[in-house]
Amino acid sequence: MLAASPPQWNGRQLSGNWDVIWYYTALHARYTVIAVTLGLVLAVPLAYVATRRRVAYPVLLAATNIIYAIPALTLFALLSPWLGYLNDKPIIVAMALYTLVILVRNIVEGIRAVPEPVIRAADGMGYRPMRRFVAVELPLALPGIVAGLRLATVSTVSLISVGAVIGRGALGKMFSDGYQRRIAVELWSAMFAVIALALLFDVVIYAAGRLATPWTRVRSARA
Amino acid sequence: MIELDHVTKSFGDGADKTVAVDDLSLSVAAGEIVALVGSSGSGKTTTLRMINRLIEPTTGTITVDGRDVSTLPAHELRRDIGYVIQQAGLFPHRTVLANISTVPRLLGWDKKRSTTRARELMELVGLDPSMADRYPAQLSGGQQQRVGVARALAADPPVLLMDEPFGAVDPIVRAQLQREFARLQRELAKTVVFVTHDVDEAIVLGDRIAVLGHGGRLAQIATPAELLAAPASAFVADFLGPRALQYDGGVAVGYRIDTSFAIAAGRAEAPR
Repeated sequence: MLAASPPQWNGRQLSGNWDVIWYYTALHARYTVIAVTLGLVLAVPLAYVATRRRVAYPVLLAATNIIYAIPALTLFALLSPWLGYLNDKPIIVAMALYTLVILVRNIVEGIRAVPEPVIRAADGMGYRPMRRFVAVELPLALPGIVAGLRLATVSTVSLISVGAVIGRGALGKMFSDGYQRRIAVELWSAMFAVIALALLFDVVIYAAGRLATPWTRVRSARA
Repeated sequence: MIELDHVTKSFGDGADKTVAVDDLSLSVAAGEIVALVGSSGSGKTTTLRMINRLIEPTTGTITVDGRDVSTLPAHELRRDIGYVIQQAGLFPHRTVLANISTVPRLLGWDKKRSTTRARELMELVGLDPSMADRYPAQLSGGQQQRVGVARALAADPPVLLMDEPFGAVDPIVRAQLQREFARLQRELAKTVVFVTHDVDEAIVLGDRIAVLGHGGRLAQIATPAELLAAPASAFVADFLGPRALQYDGGVAVGYRIDTSFAIAAGRAEAPR
């Protein structure tokens, strides 16, 4: 998954090391996108089950809470036998699992907030359950889903760096390297890169969310 | 036409068992409007929802145009039945045009045909073409109800179920919507079951009125004139209230409401 030889920080200064920062920032962004996308792909069907089966929701909430309570290092260790020790897959999958605690809840709550007459109208028009979910419930839950996605993404950006504890995790790699070699500038650069990435993702998702939900912003002309 | 044959719906079991609709048999002829009236808890909405299987009857059979509804896949049945509900139940995330196109799209019509049809319906229900791209939140209550009616009519279903369709608007708009719906019905001749708690609305729109008593028993079904002339029971008479038929040469032509002023309303001289 990693390029053959990732660039290394040279010296104790910033200049000459922009390629390192850029390399790990791009990698960090890629991991975030993969992890959150994977989380969303898992969360949507889970939310579907949770909205259709009354007992499933509390069980799922408890399960996602428990996963979230597993310390990152433990989760990496649990996933590594399946996903390998020498790559970042365990970190990405762990991050995806952590997003579920936010995503499942936000999707389900968003769907539960869809007004009953709208659901009844959809059934009365002849929607089948799956199509109703995709065409009516999910779009109407979008504001809540977007809010959850922003939170999950920002927290993922920050959490990936925890990969530093196993000497991995994109920008986390710069943390462990900077710490071991006592290069303060490397630590600072990685920290600013994490913050910048988090802000960037937040703005992009916010903007995409606005574009996807034009009906929430129309001026009410109701008499 | 629609036929309910000994239909019963009960919820719960044993001591908690409540009967919502009790051994109801009635038929709605093709092109006829039957208004279902009754106080809350009389099972009128339950009855309506059993016709398009949003609720399944406990016993009894319901047929629509000769087909037993329980033998059809629910979603297919529903696409052939127009459904209008209170506060319209419009999809907030879809424009007026997209809302009206819902059932045609579910039936697999292509986009162009659905849109053309939706525009026709907007005209039919008196919505200005400029509304086409608005979202429901941008419409008045009356306009929303028009969209609701247009959406129900989009695929030209023979049968229309209406659940207090004009209940959420002010009396002036309601009267206007009622008049327009009556005009529309003369043109379209749908088979309509219409739930309302407004006796006057039932009298104005219903070819026949079915009065449901508490616990979902049919108290009487008759034309408005027959009902007012000869209520079958004290319950029906009570439910109809102080409405009295007016005759012209022995033929009922209308009705008036006999209500005395409260003392506080005071007195006024009759105009000369």
